[in-house]
Amino acid sequence: MTTVSWSGEPGTSRGPGPFLSVRDLSVEFSTEDGIVHAVDGLSFDLEKGTTLGIVGESGSGKSVTNLAILGLHDPAHTKIGGEIWLEGEELISAGAGTMEKLRGNRVAMIFQDPLTALSPFHTIGRQIGEVYRKHKGANKKDARERAIEMLRRVGIPQPERRVDSYPHEFSGGMRQRAMIAMALVCDPDLLIADEPTTALDVTVQAQILDLLKELQQQFGTSIILITHDLGVVANTADNVLVMYAGRAAERGTVREVLREPQHPYTWGLLSSMPRLNSSVDVPLMPVRGTPPSLLNPPSGCPFHPRCDYPRLAGPELCFAQRPSLSPETGHGDACYLTLGQKRELRTARAAGTASADDTTQSGDTVQCGDTVQSGDTPQDKDTAQTGDDA
Amino acid sequence: MTSFLVRRVAGALVILLIISAITFYLFYAIPRDPARAFCGKICQPETLALIRHNLGMDEPLFVQYWHWLVGIFVGREFVQFGECPAPCLGYSFATQEPVFGAIVDRFPVTLSLTVGASVVILAFGILTGMIAAWKVGQPLDKVASASSVIGASLQIYFVGPLLAFYLVDTMQLIPRPSYVPITESPLEWFTHLLLPWVVLSIIFTANYTRMTRSQMVEQLAEDYVRTARAKGMSNRAVFFRFAWRGAMIPIVTIFGVDLATLLGGAIITEQTFSLHGIGELAVRAVQNTDLPMLLGVTIVGAAAIVLLNIVVDVLYAFIDPRVRLG
Repeated sequence: MTTVSWSGEPGTSRGPGPFLSVRDLSVEFSTEDGIVHAVDGLSFDLEKGTTLGIVGESGSGKSVTNLAILGLHDPAHTKIGGEIWLEGEELISAGAGTMEKLRGNRVAMIFQDPLTALSPFHTIGRQIGEVYRKHKGANKKDARERAIEMLRRVGIPQPERRVDSYPHEFSGGMRQRAMIAMALVCDPDLLIADEPTTALDVTVQAQILDLLKELQQQFGTSIILITHDLGVVANTADNVLVMYAGRAAERGTVREVLREPQHPYTWGLLSSMPRLNSSVDVPLMPVRGTPPSLLNPPSGCPFHPRCDYPRLAGPELCFAQRPSLSPETGHGDACYLTLGQKRELRTARAAGTASADDTTQSGDTVQCGDTVQSGDTPQDKDTAQTGDDA
Repeated sequence: MTSFLVRRVAGALVILLIISAITFYLFYAIPRDPARAFCGKICQPETLALIRHNLGMDEPLFVQYWHWLVGIFVGREFVQFGECPAPCLGYSFATQEPVFGAIVDRFPVTLSLTVGASVVILAFGILTGMIAAWKVGQPLDKVASASSVIGASLQIYFVGPLLAFYLVDTMQLIPRPSYVPITESPLEWFTHLLLPWVVLSIIFTANYTRMTRSQMVEQLAEDYVRTARAKGMSNRAVFFRFAWRGAMIPIVTIFGVDLATLLGGAIITEQTFSLHGIGELAVRAVQNTDLPMLLGVTIVGAAAIVLLNIVVDVLYAFIDPRVRLG
């Protein structure tokens, strides 16, 4: 593979280019009903050692994007366009052998549900060890040693014993730890975490996120964190990419996107989740409607059918023409509203929720997250002991 | 594991007891009187009563059943036939030979037939199913799937004579089916049973092809298979190390159920090729209203199926670590 210079590309003028660069990615699935445009012209960069949070509703193309990075889509039913550059190597055009060597080695992935994502037929130790054997050419004994070391590193008690357990003998949190151990066994440069905490309860969630952060600091791994939980992003990510209907809606640092969101969809996401510091009487304002069908995406801005201000930018613009991210670098969003309009609307929305405070008596908003950070859960320890007495 | 086996064997004995009781009452309740058959055409009532007494048939049914049951464990004495050592299943009404001995004599034939056919079924069914799943949607998959449908619609008594005519009579590729004990000549044993194995397994093999294919396709879409791919496992490793295990679980389960059907198929195959196995014994016993023989064959067949199902359950635990025997 030849090294490609990135100096000529827009937005990458500093240095040799980012660690990971996704350029105009499109993923199309052919189904019986037609072609699904799961990802449509998506671009983003990821710097070494940083975390990018990708946020969006179900079906916004988050997972599809990341499966494309690993080349895990079934080629018979998928058409992938654009470019994915990992340290000067293009991955979409790469051969099957190259991708096989890359997966689990330089790029690793952890999945949402660790129970179904781990093989029920093999011991945890074997599942971790075989990655190490495959990519590092280690023998069985060394792979086992490495698996024990990894289990210890992710905080599994008695790793010498637990290495021979099966996934069903682990608790949910321990399974996800084992999954992380498996992903990190070859010290990957990039870790893709696809909703790693969604299937876990809140206390375990915080532990897993802390673990990821800790391991990142230790080994300088870049992380793509896919989630629909903005709270997780706020705690973990450096940069955020908000996806809608297979496209980028907004991109920026965590501070920028969460403090000064520019896209009406981001506003909707933010106001649809409860905050600890706001009154419980403030009603949540979810984004109305449902995500669009990607079989037949809406014309113009894909968000316009659910947007509260589709005519503000002009009578036809949002309906007819697709906005792209602007500015090209830094904090950008795909919306035709002017900066002034956005500032006004944001203030108005904030005031609107404040005035709604007085008029409605809804008590059904949820406060959560207050139980986070309670250390190792008793549940985890409990299940760690069971399962070997058969 | 040990406690599992103890419990399963105890359960199996109860099942066999129930089966034998039901079979006993069913057979002895049929309107044909075996004593009359013994008695011949000109039959005096006194002779008939004597024969009944000698056969032990003048006692109440549950006493007869008790005698039969006790005979299995400690043996029994027959007025007509004399001493019958344990395990005693009585004497055949038709041939006067001990039932147990007759079954033991013929058991190797049926065992060879069923075990051989099982090997063919599993080996070919799973192999072709795997190939079809590996090449899913491609011509090879379509050929395998189509031929499995054809195979599933064939019948033993149709395919058997047809193949025998071409392979044995016309082309003389293989010898005429018969039973040569494996202890005598393993090669002869093999070649003489080849045709019956193929014929008996044709219908089942097709089924297992289809099942293996669909199970593999299903497993390949599972999350843990995606994880294996994401780890950099090659297609072959994904196929044979991961998906294979998941696909085998339902196959083993279905095979446990199919064993009974297979035994039934063995009876038809034995008849088709005139093999002197337990199936032939059963058919003849029915024709002759040979109750002790019928009862013996039924209970031995039931015992075989129950036993093999325990084996299948143990196998199941080996394939799937989530299954606990205990």
